[in-house]
Amino acid sequence: MRQLLASRRFRRAAIQTSFILLVVLVVYGLVVTSQRNIVAQGIATGFGFLERTTGWPINFSVIEVSARSTYSRIIFAGLLNTMLVGFLTLFFASLLGILLALFRVSSNTLMKIVGTTYVEVFRNVPVVLQVFFWYAVLTHLPGPKQAYNLWDIAMLSNRGIVLPGIPLVDGGLVYLALAVVAAGLWLWLSRERLSAVVRFGGALGGVGVIFVILAVLGHEAGTPILSLPELKGLRIAGGVTLKPEMTALVIGLVLFGAAYIGEIIRGGLISVDRGKLEAGRSLGLSTFQINRLILVPLALRASLPSLTNQYVWLMKATTVGLAVGFPDYFAVISTSINQSGQTLELLALLMGGFIVLNYSIAFVMNAINDRIKIKGRS
Amino acid sequence: MSLTLSNPDNPTGFVAALRKHFFATKLDAVISLVFGALIIWFVMGVVDWAILDAIFRLENRDQCTYEAGACWAVIESRGRLIMFGLYPYAEQWRSTLACFVIIATMVLSCVPLFWSVRRLPALWVGGFTVFVLLMRGGFWNMPLVTSEQWGGLALTLFIFSAVFVIGMPLAVLFALARRSDLPVIAKSFGLIIDFVRSLPLLTILFAAAVVVPLIAPEALQGNKLMRVVVAFAVFFAAYQAEIIRAGMQSTSAGQEEAAIALGMPYWSLVVDILLPQAFRNTLPSTINQAVITFKETSIVTFVGFFELMASGNAAIGTGEWGNQYVEVYVFLAFIYFIFVFGLSRYGAWLETRMRLGHG
Repeated sequence: MRQLLASRRFRRAAIQTSFILLVVLVVYGLVVTSQRNIVAQGIATGFGFLERTTGWPINFSVIEVSARSTYSRIIFAGLLNTMLVGFLTLFFASLLGILLALFRVSSNTLMKIVGTTYVEVFRNVPVVLQVFFWYAVLTHLPGPKQAYNLWDIAMLSNRGIVLPGIPLVDGGLVYLALAVVAAGLWLWLSRERLSAVVRFGGALGGVGVIFVILAVLGHEAGTPILSLPELKGLRIAGGVTLKPEMTALVIGLVLFGAAYIGEIIRGGLISVDRGKLEAGRSLGLSTFQINRLILVPLALRASLPSLTNQYVWLMKATTVGLAVGFPDYFAVISTSINQSGQTLELLALLMGGFIVLNYSIAFVMNAINDRIKIKGRS
Repeated sequence: MSLTLSNPDNPTGFVAALRKHFFATKLDAVISLVFGALIIWFVMGVVDWAILDAIFRLENRDQCTYEAGACWAVIESRGRLIMFGLYPYAEQWRSTLACFVIIATMVLSCVPLFWSVRRLPALWVGGFTVFVLLMRGGFWNMPLVTSEQWGGLALTLFIFSAVFVIGMPLAVLFALARRSDLPVIAKSFGLIIDFVRSLPLLTILFAAAVVVPLIAPEALQGNKLMRVVVAFAVFFAAYQAEIIRAGMQSTSAGQEEAAIALGMPYWSLVVDILLPQAFRNTLPSTINQAVITFKETSIVTFVGFFELMASGNAAIGTGEWGNQYVEVYVFLAFIYFIFVFGLSRYGAWLETRMRLGHG
C-alpha cells in the first residue's frame, strides 16, 4: 500500500516536473532564437525606442500628435482611440440594444417583426463585412462641393460627416473624459452618504463647469460659440468632423453589437417571473412603477453577466478598425512593428494593453453586479 | 408598447387576431400604422432596387453607371473571383467539389446518427482529408495547387473546418488539463486559457503571421497559412475548452467516482463517460461557438489571405466595378448569412429538442 502511494506520488511529481521543464525549455528556445534573429537584424532590444520619434503620423487622434511625436505618445494616442471607439460603441449599442429588446418583447406584432428581422440580419453577417460596407458607403458620398446639406446644420460628404459643435481647447476631449471619469468616481464614492440630488447634481455640474472652461479656452475671438459647417472653397469649414474611418467603424460595431445586446436584454426581460409583475399590479402600482421598480432591476440583474461578456467582446472587436485604416491601438502597434522592428516589446505592450482594458471593463461590470445583486442570496 | 401581460380571455377568429396583434390599444393602432407604412416603404424600395430596376445582364459597358437599380452583372463578371480567388480557372471544379464535400460533412455531423465520440471525429477527419486532397491535387490528372493560390469561399471553408478539426481535440485537451488534479498543470492551463481569451483574435493571428518567424526556429515555422490556422485553432480551443469543461462539470461527480471504483482506465473514463455527456449537454453552446468562428474567419483577411471577404474586396477594388460595392457586399453578406443563419437555426432546433427530453 505504501509502495503504491509512493509510486503514485512519484508519478504525479514526475509528470508535473517534466511539464515545467518542457515549458522552460520551449520559452528558453524561443528567447534564444529571437535573440539571434534580433541581433542579426541589428535591432537594439528593450523599451528605449519608445522615446524615439516615429517619423510617421496617424490620421486621427484626440491628443496632438505629428510625425515628430515619440513612439510612446503615438501608442498612447492609439490606446485613447481604441477607448474612444470602444466607449462610443458600448454606449450607442446599448441604447439601440435596449430599443430592440423592447421591440421584441412588445405586444405589437409589427414591432416584433421589425426587431426580429433586424437581429437576424445584423447578427448573422460578420462585423468585418459590415464595417467595410459602411466605409464604402461613406467614402462614396459626393465630394465637399456637392455635399448633402441637411438644413445647414450637418453636411455629409466623402470627407466625413460634419456636425455643429462647440470648439474646445486642444486635447479638450481628454480633459472632458477625465472629468466624466471623475464624476463617475464621485457618484461611486458618495453612494449611500449623500442624497441623489446632490450626487447627480454635483456630477453633472462638475462636468458642465469643466466643459465651459474648455470651451472658453478654445474660443477664438470673433467666431460664434456654436460652430456650424459651411462650404469654403473646396472644403467644409467649421463644425465637428466625424471622419469616415471612425464613423464607419462605430456604425458597424454599434449595429452588430446592438443585435447581440438586444438579445441579452430581451433574455433578461423574459426571465422576469410574471407573477412578480402581477403582484406589483395587484398592489396598485402603475405600469411605469412596475417597470421601474420590478421589471428593469430584475431584468438587469439577469442579463448583466452576459452583458459583461458582450462588452468585453465588443471592446476586442474594435481591432477591425484595421479594415478602414482607423489608427486604433492594434493598428498603431502593428505599424510601429513594421517601422521599428521592435516586435517583441511592442507585442508585449499590445497584449498587456488589451488585458488591462478588458479586465477594467470586467471589474467595473462585476462591481455593478455585486452592487445590484439581491443581498443575502447568491 | 406595453409589455405582454397575459390575456385571460383568448378570442379566436381573424378579426379578433388582427385586433389582438395590431390594434389592441389606440397607441398600438398608431404604432401599427406607422410601422406598417415604414415596412411597406422599405420593402418596396428594396424590391425596386434589387429586382425591378436591377440589371442582371449587361448589354453595354456604362449601363450600370446611370441606372437606379442594382447591377447584378457584377456578380456574373466577378463571381468566380469572389468564389474561387486566385485558384486556377481550369481547376475550379475541384474547388467547387471540395466545398460540397465539406458542406456535406457539416450537414452529416448535424445528424444524430453520427453523434458518437468515434464516428464524429472519423467523419470530420475523412471529410477534411478529401477536401484538402481535392484542393491540393498533385496526383492522378490533377495538377498541384499550393495553398497560396487557394481563395474565396473554399479558403473560408478550409479555415473554418481546419480550425474545427485541430481546435476540437485541443479544446478537449485544454479542458481535461484545466480540471486535472495535478495543480501545476491545472494552474498553467487555466492561465493560458484566460490569457488567450482576453486577447482579440486579430492580435493572435497577427502574432502567428508576423512574430512567429522571428522567434521560432525555421524548422518549426511551417507556412503562413498553417501558422495562422493553428493560432486560430488555439483561440477557438480556449473558448471551446471552457464550454466542454462546463459540460463535464454538469455530469454528476458520482459517475466519475463510480468509474474509478470500477477500475476503469482514465482514457476510457474520458471517452466513454465524460466526453459524450459533456458534448451532449453543451451542444447549443458549441454550435454558437461554431457560428462565431465562421464569422470570425473574415478576420483572416487582415493577415493577408484571400478568403471570401478579401476576394469580395478585390472584386470591387478595380475602377471598373468600384461603384457596385453594395451589390458585392450584399452578395457576400448573403453567403455568410446562409451558413451562419443555418447553423444558428440548427442550434435553436437542438435546444428545443433537448428541452423536450430527446437529448
